[in-house]
Amino acid sequence: MHVQAEELPMVRKTNKGTKIKPDKATIAFNVIGYTLLTAISIVCLIPFWLIVAGSFTDEMEIIAEGFKLFPNTISFEAYKSVFATPEQIYRAYGVTIGVTVAGSVLGLLLTSMAGYVLSRKDFIYRNSLSFFIYFTTLFSGGLIPWYIMMTKYLGLKDSYWALILPPLVSAWNIILMRNFMKSIPDSVIESAKIDGAGDFLIYRKIILPLSTPGLATIGLFLALGYWNDWFNANVFITSDHKYPLQFLLYKILSSAAVLRTQTGAYLAANVVPPTETLKMAVAVVATGPIILLYPFVQKYFVKGLTIGAVKG
Amino acid sequence: MSEKRSFLKELNKNRTLFLMIAPTLLFFIIFSYIPMIGVYYAFTNFDFEGGLFGSEFVGFKNFEFLYKSGILWNLTKNTVLYNLAFLIIGNIMQIISAIFLAQLASKWFKKTAQSLMFLPYFLSWVLVGAFVFNMFSDLGVVNTLLKQIGLQPYDFYLNAAPWKYIIVFFNVWKGIGYGTIIYLAAIMGISDELYEAAKIDGANIFQQIRSITLPLLKPTFILLILFSLGGILKGQFDLFYQIIGNNGLLYDATDIIDTYVFRSLTVNFDIGMGTAAGLYQSFFGFVLIMTVNYIIKKTREEYALF
Repeated sequence: MHVQAEELPMVRKTNKGTKIKPDKATIAFNVIGYTLLTAISIVCLIPFWLIVAGSFTDEMEIIAEGFKLFPNTISFEAYKSVFATPEQIYRAYGVTIGVTVAGSVLGLLLTSMAGYVLSRKDFIYRNSLSFFIYFTTLFSGGLIPWYIMMTKYLGLKDSYWALILPPLVSAWNIILMRNFMKSIPDSVIESAKIDGAGDFLIYRKIILPLSTPGLATIGLFLALGYWNDWFNANVFITSDHKYPLQFLLYKILSSAAVLRTQTGAYLAANVVPPTETLKMAVAVVATGPIILLYPFVQKYFVKGLTIGAVKG
Repeated sequence: MSEKRSFLKELNKNRTLFLMIAPTLLFFIIFSYIPMIGVYYAFTNFDFEGGLFGSEFVGFKNFEFLYKSGILWNLTKNTVLYNLAFLIIGNIMQIISAIFLAQLASKWFKKTAQSLMFLPYFLSWVLVGAFVFNMFSDLGVVNTLLKQIGLQPYDFYLNAAPWKYIIVFFNVWKGIGYGTIIYLAAIMGISDELYEAAKIDGANIFQQIRSITLPLLKPTFILLILFSLGGILKGQFDLFYQIIGNNGLLYDATDIIDTYVFRSLTVNFDIGMGTAAGLYQSFFGFVLIMTVNYIIKKTREEYALF
């Protein structure tokens, strides 16, 4: 992995100046390439289309014929049902947003401070402490001792902290941050020191503003991890008002929890309550923000992936 | 003594720096290093009253049971084979995609394809579970299609056979964009002059790829594979759990170490056994990484991890 942190040029220069007719091989290559990549792109989209199509299908049609690529009739019943009693969804949204913001901000603070300390060449313990942090990726006690630590010794069962703490700092992010900050010239730090600035002031006033791309990348990776996390809720959270969004979706999918809807009203009107389609609608509602933000944040993730060599 | 004094001096001189890294170090001590002591559970018959050192010490009994019952062999086999399939199929798909992405002329097409391929990476595994439900349940799209062409519907939840392919498919599907970007970056690092020279020599595009792109991608590919080997016993827990869940009928073909450890904790409450399986996983993973790193250090010093 020895790639420079540059904008990926999306296009290799082709000889546009010379008007040579493309040879057979190039034509064949292009046909294969466009076909294959189109196919892969469609395969990446299809599951998504299925969920959206499923959420707009009439419940009766599903029961009679099953899910389809193209429903016969469009029905908004599932969404009506979700938003008739939206408290649970809103509540889970609130939990997820709260945990994501708190975790990302706190995680970014700790990660950037640690990265800064480890990037300082005059800090003589930087290598041993880097290894101390890196070693955690090589060996671990496993899930169960960690779980017992969280619940028995820290008492974090059913606490929001159980959602915030586990993904807070990762060795990988710290090393990435350190490499970002290493590229800031020493002379900047030196001259600030001569002017009498303390270590923390240098970090806050000089290093942080210069590391914005790195902070954005790691912040987004952290936020994505928090947003999509369901595992910690699965093992630690017991009261349903503390469910984050993804875990609520999981519960609804596995039918362990039924979204509290006005099922009674359906029964009175002799209409089939949307259960299958409701699962799909909740999936759409839970994933919407990611899809909407995706075009804007994608480039930061690409940057983060193509950052140079990672060394312990 | 003098060493101690110099440490204190250093601590005093760089108090601010130490303070800034302290929370992070504390985090790793609490969540990584102290739980390492907890591997002691693997050698006990855990009881909830006794806690860490109050449980009965049984030596290697848990490991012996896992080994003799055949559980360990089945878990290891599944974990390793799935990971190999993920690695090989995933990397081949990523390399092919990256090569085409790098060479096609239409800028708009490339941007769109790359965006669409990267999208699955951002979706949660729970949503993947929703896809699987939509496609493979009794009322799923696959059965709808089967019925439409006049075939019998197929009960996926009673048959273990197809799940292997479904699991591998979704793993490759979720990671394809990520890996393609990494290989694309490596391809972009190849000098244009090489291609120009090959063109002058009359090499067509397939020959250029065979003699320039592929050989130059080899080091990236080998490194990615080697370092993935270190994690060959670590499974994608989310993937398996979201797709298979607690369907015992499918365990033979789909149970990996991570799902077994998770069940030991949440279903069977067998702390000793679960910790033993986890320690086996950690220990051999550690040995593997050390070995791989040693080999790389001997052959290509600059790529070694540490």
